[in-house]
Order: sequence, then C-alpha cells, then structure tokens
Amino acid sequence: MVQRMVLALFLTVLTSVCVHADTLRMAVTTSFHNSGLSDVLLPLAEAEIGLTVELVVVGTGQALRLGRAGDVDAILVHSKAAEIEFVEQGFGTHRREIMYNDFVIVGPSSDPAQVAASSDVVGALSAIRNAEAIFVSRGDDSGTHRRELALWNRTDDGIPTEAWYRPVGAGMGAALNVAVGMDAYVLSDRASWLNFGRKDGLAVLFEGDPTLFNQYGYLPVSAARHPHVKAQSAQAFEDWLTSPSTQATIGSYEIDGQTLFVPNAKQ
Amino acid sequence: MGDIWEGLEAAFWLIVTLDPELVQISLRSLQVSITAVAIAALIGVPFGAWLAISRFRRRRATIAVLNALMGLPPVVVGLFVYLLLSRSGPFGVLGLLYTPTAMIIAQVIIATPLIASISHQAIRDLWADYHDLLISLNTTKRQRMRALVWDGRRSLLTATLAGFGRAIGEVGAIMIVGGNIENATRVLTTSIALETSKGNFALALGLGFVLIAIAIAINLGIHAISGTEREGRW
Repeated sequence: MVQRMVLALFLTVLTSVCVHADTLRMAVTTSFHNSGLSDVLLPLAEAEIGLTVELVVVGTGQALRLGRAGDVDAILVHSKAAEIEFVEQGFGTHRREIMYNDFVIVGPSSDPAQVAASSDVVGALSAIRNAEAIFVSRGDDSGTHRRELALWNRTDDGIPTEAWYRPVGAGMGAALNVAVGMDAYVLSDRASWLNFGRKDGLAVLFEGDPTLFNQYGYLPVSAARHPHVKAQSAQAFEDWLTSPSTQATIGSYEIDGQTLFVPNAKQ
Repeated sequence: MGDIWEGLEAAFWLIVTLDPELVQISLRSLQVSITAVAIAALIGVPFGAWLAISRFRRRRATIAVLNALMGLPPVVVGLFVYLLLSRSGPFGVLGLLYTPTAMIIAQVIIATPLIASISHQAIRDLWADYHDLLISLNTTKRQRMRALVWDGRRSLLTATLAGFGRAIGEVGAIMIVGGNIENATRVLTTSIALETSKGNFALALGLGFVLIAIAIAINLGIHAISGTEREGRW
C-alpha cells in the first residue's frame, strides 16, 4: 500500500493534467446536468470571470455526501430539507436559491391510467395506483426520488409496495430508459425529459401543479470545516450565478421552444 | 437493429473526422489504463513468479484468495479507493480524488490480481519443466524467477494483455474516483455510460465500437512488436 501511494505521488507529478489557475469543483444533480444548461453556463463562466468549473454529476444524496467529506467546493442540488440540514450541521456556509424548474409525469401516450384527466398531482398518482399501471421510481435517494416519495405520501395509501411500483436505483436518464422499455409511468424533471433522446411512445401526461416546482439551491462547502476548499472561487461563482445577466441567461434557456428554468435568486 | 446500425455509423464518423473530444478522451483512456497495467504488471508478474516457486504455509489459501480477487467488483474497488482518497479519508491531504492518478490507482488494484494469477499459472507449468535443471545449477531464488519470467514472457504478455482488457473496459471504479469530469477525467467508458443515460444510444454504441477498435489495435500492435505468433512458433 505504502509503495503504491509513493508511486501514486510520483505519477501525479508525471501525469497531472493541466492544473488550471482557478478551478471550482462542484457536485451537481444528474437532472441539472441532463438539462444541458451546464453546457451553456460553464463556458460563459470561464469567459466572463475566468473560472473553470469541474462538474461531478451524481444524485443529490451522493452530492451531499461529497460536500460533507469536503471532496467538492460547492454543491448545486434540489432537496430543500436536506440542504437546510446540511447548512445547520455546519457543512455548508449558507444556502442560496438560484432557480427552479418543474417535474412532470411522463407515461405511455395511450395513457391507460387516465392520468391526464386528473386535477392535481395526488389525483394523478392515485389514478396510476387504481389502474395498477407500471410506475418506475428512481429509487436512488436523489432529490427527484425524495420528491416522488413525498408526493406518494400525500396519497391515501402512501408509498406503494406492490409489484407495479418498480424502483430502479438509477439516475434520471437511466430511469427514463427503463420507463421507455416497459411503457411505464415515471416522474421526471422537465429538463431531463426534453433533453432525453429516445422518447419512443412516451409523452408528458401531467404537468403544471404548483407542488411540482423544483427549487435549486447552491451551497458552498464550509471552509471552516474543510480549510482546503476554494471558498473564494465558490463565492465568485455564486456572485456570477446570481448576477442579473446570468439570471437572464438562465431564464432564456430553451429546448424545443420551451423555457426550462425560472431564475429566482434574491439579490 | 436500427440503433446498432446508427452506432456503427456514429463510430465511423467520429473516427474519420478525428473528433477532437473523442481523441482527447481516447488518449486519456489509454494514458490511464496503460499506466495502470504497467504498474500492475510490475507488481503482478514477479509476485506470480514468486508464488510459483515458493513453498510456504498457507500457500494454497494465498492462491485461492488471489484467484478470488480476479473477480473483484470494480465498483467496490472504486468505493474503497474513494474512501482512502476522500478529503476525510487517510490520504485526503494528497488531493488525488477526481484526478487521472486516482483512476490509475483503482485500476492497478483491479488488474494486479488478474495478472498475478495468470502469471502464477503460466510460471508454475514452466517451473515443472525447469525444476531439476535450475535446482542442479544451484541457482538463487532470484535467478530462478528471472529465468522463468524471461522464458515465459509470451504467456506473461498474455496475462498483461488480459489485465489491460479488464482495465480499459472498466467503468464502475473510475466513475466513482474520477467523477467523469469533462476535460479532466472523462474517458471512453464513462462517456458511454453518460451518453446511455442521456438516451443517445447510437453515440454511446459508437464510442463502444471505438473502444473495441482501440483494444484490438493495441493487442495487434503488441503482438507485432513482440514477435509472437511467428511462423513455426504457434
């Protein structure tokens, strides 16, 4: 082991890829990355404030773990209760709201459970339960998964345990792939769905309920707890993300003519 | 079928146009896996040779464990290396997490047991032939190992290539310790996983074909250089 570590050190010197003067390592959720917004924002950040942002794309649960361990400088996730706990426990300095998008219920376009006729999301989920239509759950403790469980908890019979309810334990894209393969219903964030390249036979069936809004929060990792984190870069990126011009860029990001994110950072 | 055809087409255009991003991630794949396998061979081949000619208590148990380690799940290795290299882990101060070095460390752990185990097998057979000669010449253990490694070099090359195959096609470990960061730690296998999750099956499959092509090219190249499979030798 010791020998390997010495070798490893030696290798860093040999193989270290270009170390940028100013880089920020940020853990983000799969849904944010799959939306394609990062491909617009990151080159812009590099051009405007000279900051290279390296993304580690994971589920919200893992993102919070990486932040706790101090392996990233900041996280951008969407699970408010977990974010507040993260800050209260001293792992993050503060939580700043950046923008929100919304979740949609995607399912087979023939809509066997008649989800589209529902008046609210609780009604839509109850319709799926009554029809015992296959429902694919993320099942990976991500922000989307936590939201889905919270929504099921508001229905009369709580979180389903029957065979038609299938937790796949995978990211948003992988869960959509499974849903396509099984002609199943699935809760997805709108951005991931629009950017998804294989919509065969599936369509958005239910949308627009205010309880489906999905708030993204930016949390710099506390430098008091992990002195090596790049607090200055994290602050610079936050200032840039919440600046009026970047907020306008976020608001104007579209796929297929649909806007995806509503910026709502308080100045 | 349509997706497979589109995948071949995507692979063709990626290679013909020398897509700069493809070149970058392919080179990084090679850099990581070749470095890892070189280190793994430096550890695994001598260890396999030593194991073949040594007799000690628990030798059987050691061999059984080594063979079992050939099936180490990469994702477990990844998690283990992550916990070691994490800022909160014992080697966190080195700041190696999410660098190619971390990926190399993980792949060394994955490839070494495979190389050591196949090397041990090859050299044990050779040792049966050479045993009386090397004993009667009163050679030291070190000399015996050198003679056996040199004369068994073709089988040991196969062992190393098997290790390379395991390393270059592996995604579970490097996804965790590398993070699949664009322009930093993204390699072919992690790109394939990413494109699959985006539903871009054709592009993912195309990258898969590129990966297979690179693996074949490396194997052919090494056989050509080392002169195995020559007339009268096969």
